Amino acid sequence: MTLSAPDTFPKLLLDHTRLRPDRPANREKDYGIWQSWSWAEVAAEVEAVACGLAAMGFRRGDKLAIIGDNRPRLYWAIAATQALGGVPVPIYQDSIADEMAFVLDHAEVRFAVAEDQEQVDKLVAIKKHCPLLEAVIFSDPRGMRHYAEPYLYDYAAVHERGREFARSRPVFFRDEVAKGQGGDIAIILYTSGTTGRPKGVVLTFDNIIATAKNAIEFEGLTDREEILAYLPMAWIGEHIFSYAEAYCAGFCASCPESQATVMADLRELGPTFFFAPPAIFESILTQVMIRVEDAAWPKRKLFHYFLDVAKRVGPTILDRHPVALVDRALYWLGNVLVYGPLKNMLGLSRIRVAYTAGEAIGPDLFIFYRSLGVNLKQLYGMTESSVFLCIQKDGAVKPDTVGAPIKDVQIRVADGGEVLFRSPGAFQSYYKNPEATAEAKQPDGWVHTGDSGFFDGDGQLKILDRARDVGRLESGELFAPKFIENKLKFFPYIKEAVAFGDGRPFVTAFVNIDLQAVGDWAERRNLAYASYQELAADDAVYDLVRGCIEQVNRELAAAAAVAGSQIRRFLILHKELDADDGELTRTRKVRRRIIGERYQPLVDALYAGRSTGRIETEITFEDGRKGQMRAELAIRDIGPPVSMAEPLQFKKAS
Amino acid sequence: MRRIGDPVLTTDRITLTFGGVTALNEISVKIRHHEILAIIGPNGAGKTSMLNVINGFYYPQSGSITWKGETRSRMRPYHAAAQGIARTFQNVALFRGMTTLDNIMTGRLLRMRRNFLWQALYLGPAQKEELAHRAHAERIIDFLEIQAIRKTPVGRLPYGLQKRVELGRALAMEPELLLLDEPMAGMNVEEKEDMCRFILDINDEFGTTIALIEHDMGVVMDISDRVVVLDYGRKIADGPPDEIRASAEVIAAYLGEPDQGEVRAASAPARRSAAT
Repeated sequence: MTLSAPDTFPKLLLDHTRLRPDRPANREKDYGIWQSWSWAEVAAEVEAVACGLAAMGFRRGDKLAIIGDNRPRLYWAIAATQALGGVPVPIYQDSIADEMAFVLDHAEVRFAVAEDQEQVDKLVAIKKHCPLLEAVIFSDPRGMRHYAEPYLYDYAAVHERGREFARSRPVFFRDEVAKGQGGDIAIILYTSGTTGRPKGVVLTFDNIIATAKNAIEFEGLTDREEILAYLPMAWIGEHIFSYAEAYCAGFCASCPESQATVMADLRELGPTFFFAPPAIFESILTQVMIRVEDAAWPKRKLFHYFLDVAKRVGPTILDRHPVALVDRALYWLGNVLVYGPLKNMLGLSRIRVAYTAGEAIGPDLFIFYRSLGVNLKQLYGMTESSVFLCIQKDGAVKPDTVGAPIKDVQIRVADGGEVLFRSPGAFQSYYKNPEATAEAKQPDGWVHTGDSGFFDGDGQLKILDRARDVGRLESGELFAPKFIENKLKFFPYIKEAVAFGDGRPFVTAFVNIDLQAVGDWAERRNLAYASYQELAADDAVYDLVRGCIEQVNRELAAAAAVAGSQIRRFLILHKELDADDGELTRTRKVRRRIIGERYQPLVDALYAGRSTGRIETEITFEDGRKGQMRAELAIRDIGPPVSMAEPLQFKKAS
Repeated sequence: MRRIGDPVLTTDRITLTFGGVTALNEISVKIRHHEILAIIGPNGAGKTSMLNVINGFYYPQSGSITWKGETRSRMRPYHAAAQGIARTFQNVALFRGMTTLDNIMTGRLLRMRRNFLWQALYLGPAQKEELAHRAHAERIIDFLEIQAIRKTPVGRLPYGLQKRVELGRALAMEPELLLLDEPMAGMNVEEKEDMCRFILDINDEFGTTIALIEHDMGVVMDISDRVVVLDYGRKIADGPPDEIRASAEVIAAYLGEPDQGEVRAASAPARRSAAT
């Protein structure tokens, strides 16, 4: 019997039940214990849910929304929907009701699978705005006993109904799966977008499977990999790594016990394949640094000494380039005493491939992980390209590039500096938005990324910034805000930063302090504070941040192209920038323009030379209620710009 | 649908004095099966004394307590615990050096049948028993959403979480009557909201009868089925929340200005209205 290569995920699933029925496909930590499901068990679950949906009247082409934290059941619901020829539409689980209503309505969703009561409450609240929504299936029945709404269904009941349905029509599921084609729509993912309403990116099975397979081949991934599925299911990266690649390669995706236990679960699982956006690598580093600073001085000294050794030779060793024997011995010792135990604590000891993307990563942060021997690499991609466009090759990893284009991907840089691509993963369209589609995708298949970048001498792509964010100071000098912000964010005390300077005489910045790191720092200094707001306004904290900025200025001064971008004035915001207030995207990217508008009085104060700025902001609670926040913020000046003549010693140049 | 039944615990004219101070003066209270009863009143009204009498920490000078049909002149703590009365304290009383999980496991002690030697050897039946108790503790951890602090020594936890762990330990006893002494004191709005939800869920899902002391009127009016008001050791009112809110005597003694009594809790979980 010859079989053509499976061209949909449900077909891949059935393939695994033949090839590796007993290999684990999913795990979830529940009641403190890791529960596993083999590929055969997963196929049975998916069949039951698919049949249950069919019994409820699910038709080919129907949309099914997925809302919740990563749970095997939600992944199975995706596969079940695809098996029936439907289209899954995952929605960010922390969306406020209003955002959710927009997506449900726009995507014409008929069915929704929600994780728990919290999500059901949101759906119940917006049901009247979504006339097409017919059924809401909840996975966790906790607290759901008294809901009288007739459109609510328990997942277990749907599952049971599906098993009965399958008993009477045993070939139904396989027939439905067989009807699927590679050219069918596999999923619609709504991009959070740094501007305007979310857009639904339509991807086919061919798009996703071709891209996933090329990436698997590139890295040599096998069915023995382990991955922790912990990022929002509505995000393309999560979908590609924990679903598409897992289904293509046959490896196991494990769901954490809860969002709060991710770090502990990571340690227990010890994944071999790991993805995290820069923000997470940053917060891991912050936690490590806090604990080191709290440690006794011999430990602290040991840590810093070996970290210096690692920074000097670690990346070179990881790239398998020659290193002096003494250094190799020192690194070995460091591995025994520091790096090994540290990686083990973080759950990173078994990593073969770790990726970061989504946003440029600070070089210092990137090198920190590589110097410990974690094979962290950058990749470049977006929802519109089914992720993978460029990946850094082992042995050719540089902190400031995103690697070379992978197989079947063409990339060119337009005259204005914008990056364009053509690839098998290129999206079909924005759902029901032909204008936006036409704007992004040319008839000949080239897609605009909106990023500005260039190829370096080795043929690796270097991304500067969002094309529209790169600007110029009044003097005509280049102003790349992200570049500056990333440098600031490398400090554990700074959680978020927003730099201003386009068309201005000099650069200024908003800073968000990291409550954990600064709180800990304050505690060690016996600095009393009652709230985030109070801590952020403290003079000592301002001094702390000023020290960080001065160091960044020294670094900026060293590079001629950005020497003019030294920060001259700054303030510390009284509240954390928040996706619920529209200040960040759901993937935690700064929405520069919106922040500039909301905090206009503060920006004005920064440039008017005033020593304080007054601001009144509206804040949105997670349930959609709104409140007012008023504050008077101090503004600090930084000394005159540092010139090149001044000595520059911040961290060892790596 | 949950139903409030007959009284499970009745105190009949309880009087408790400390020297010349009368903490409780002829208090008669009925706690009905499956209800959430709130005990309110100004500081020093005798609320905590009342709970202490119910679970046997204080012995009243006169009066009687009827629990599950058995009338006593006084309760003893071990009787109370063995017969299904669990409580939490105003000032958290946990084993600070032990982890969350271990603290909750101590709530299972009364239900462990194997003796110390068996447990130390961890053989056959003792192992099986331990696993069953651990599974129960894990269900409570899941219920209270404290997985992330399972292995954290409770002394290191913030106050709000310590209160939650203490509630978990009380729940581990699988109590029929749960006494909560200011479960929401010192919490922020979000923590209160969570705690309200847990209390309602415990009452609803496990059918546990709950008597709680609370100062946040919004919370009291929202989650309780009945309110008892104490003032200087006397009971001055006893009835459903709406009645209490309107009572002139209660307003004078405790609630104060009407508009204060009307403060609706921002912490009201929407579920209650959906439930009734």
